[in-house]
Amino acid sequence: MTIDASNLSFQYGDKTVLRDVSFSLTPGRFHALLGPNGAGKSTLFGLLTRLLALQAGDILLGGQSLNKQPADAMRRIGVVFQQNALDLDLTVRQNLQYHAALHGLSRHEARQRGDRELERFSLLDRADEPVRQLNGGHRRRVEIARALLHQPSLLLLDEPTVGLDVASRRALNEHVRMLCQQDGLTVLWATHLIEEVREDDRVLILHQGQLLADGAGHAICRTEGTRNLAETFHSLTGAG
Amino acid sequence: MNATQYWHCFIGIQTREWLRFWQQRTRFASALVRPLLWLVVFAAGFRAVLGISIIPPYETYITYETYIAPGLCGMIILFNSMQGALSMVYDRELGSMRVLLMSPLPRPFLLVTKLLAMGVVSIGQVYVFLLLALLVDVEPPAWGYLAVLPALILTSLMLGALGLLIATWIKQLENFAGVMNFVIFPMFFMSSALYPLWRMNEASPWLYWVCQFNPFTHAVEAIRFSLYLEWNPMAFGITAGVTVVLALLATTGFRPQRTRILGTA
Repeated sequence: MTIDASNLSFQYGDKTVLRDVSFSLTPGRFHALLGPNGAGKSTLFGLLTRLLALQAGDILLGGQSLNKQPADAMRRIGVVFQQNALDLDLTVRQNLQYHAALHGLSRHEARQRGDRELERFSLLDRADEPVRQLNGGHRRRVEIARALLHQPSLLLLDEPTVGLDVASRRALNEHVRMLCQQDGLTVLWATHLIEEVREDDRVLILHQGQLLADGAGHAICRTEGTRNLAETFHSLTGAG
Repeated sequence: MNATQYWHCFIGIQTREWLRFWQQRTRFASALVRPLLWLVVFAAGFRAVLGISIIPPYETYITYETYIAPGLCGMIILFNSMQGALSMVYDRELGSMRVLLMSPLPRPFLLVTKLLAMGVVSIGQVYVFLLLALLVDVEPPAWGYLAVLPALILTSLMLGALGLLIATWIKQLENFAGVMNFVIFPMFFMSSALYPLWRMNEASPWLYWVCQFNPFTHAVEAIRFSLYLEWNPMAFGITAGVTVVLALLATTGFRPQRTRILGTA
């Protein structure tokens, strides 16, 4: 599924958070949305998930406007939010079933799909444990499994590794890349950590509400005349 | 989306609320302490001071406990709805609200279902309270327990919608203490929950009119009348009307244009 965002601008009161941001996501690829804190990444995610209303510009999913066909769009998007959005006192399976129900799946279907996802995430044996007993990395995996239950074609992850140790961060990043390859999933991974991005990823660099670069990592480096992405990120944003 | 999918979603939201209720059952049990204190201690002290005449729907002189029991049912729902609505919008449940709003089903449907689910849990508490009230001789007719159900559902929807409206629109009231002082207590005291309104009229006509305009008064009267198998169309009509208006207003608070609070960190 193609995703085209065109001329997105967004303001909170007088403060402009996004300025004329346009980009397209390539189906089946891993995209890194790189930007320092406060760059406007979460606002962009708010717009893509309809938690915020578009003020200017449009977002097309598979050619359909997000505003005109919201239900269709939401069916195709899976989201992992920056903050934990699991019920800690409910079990892993109960969390998944709740999400499945919100997407209109029956209990039977929910269980089947949930177990399949958990198996893939090596979490099936913990399905009946309360989420509270899981460590941060596993909780994140549950959230990703949940986001995939309704079989979306676009997976949005807003700084999913916040609060994780280095090893869990790397594992989660690898895992999502694998999903991207296996399922042909289009992924948009927002982060401020350069080490989560590879040179051959599609990279979008957002800074102070503006899209400063958009393209394959190594191509951006070439254009900017830098040796690697870290240097590019630093020279463009002053961060990193 | 077809009707089956709506149904699965409805059941899913209900189930989650019950699972959470079960997880937090001690908290819910302690929430029963408040109305029971009113019923057992406050009512015992005030029985002598107030004295109740025969007023509909009662057919005879009644104890003060009997009079305030329906108001306390309303109070249970009032507290729960406000607490539930606040937690839906602020901190604790913010994540789960986002999950809820990611559903492809229409947001008004999701919110009303969520309010109903929260209401069902409150209503469970009301029934436990009514059973305990039997111990102080509050004995409505047996069918009254069934007849009161629609009034309880309506009240919980009305107050849940009010709570959501307050939580989404009035930023200053973002903690429970603020809501307690400016919403719960005024609504509760300026209603017919603790005293019949004719007494209020004797004491202060303007306060009487404030009570008359308080939708909580009518919710309490709807509960009172139906619990005693009497039909009070005015109380029901006003409660239902206010519920519809508040629910419409509350759901507009969750249009994308208004959900800044849910949108970003």
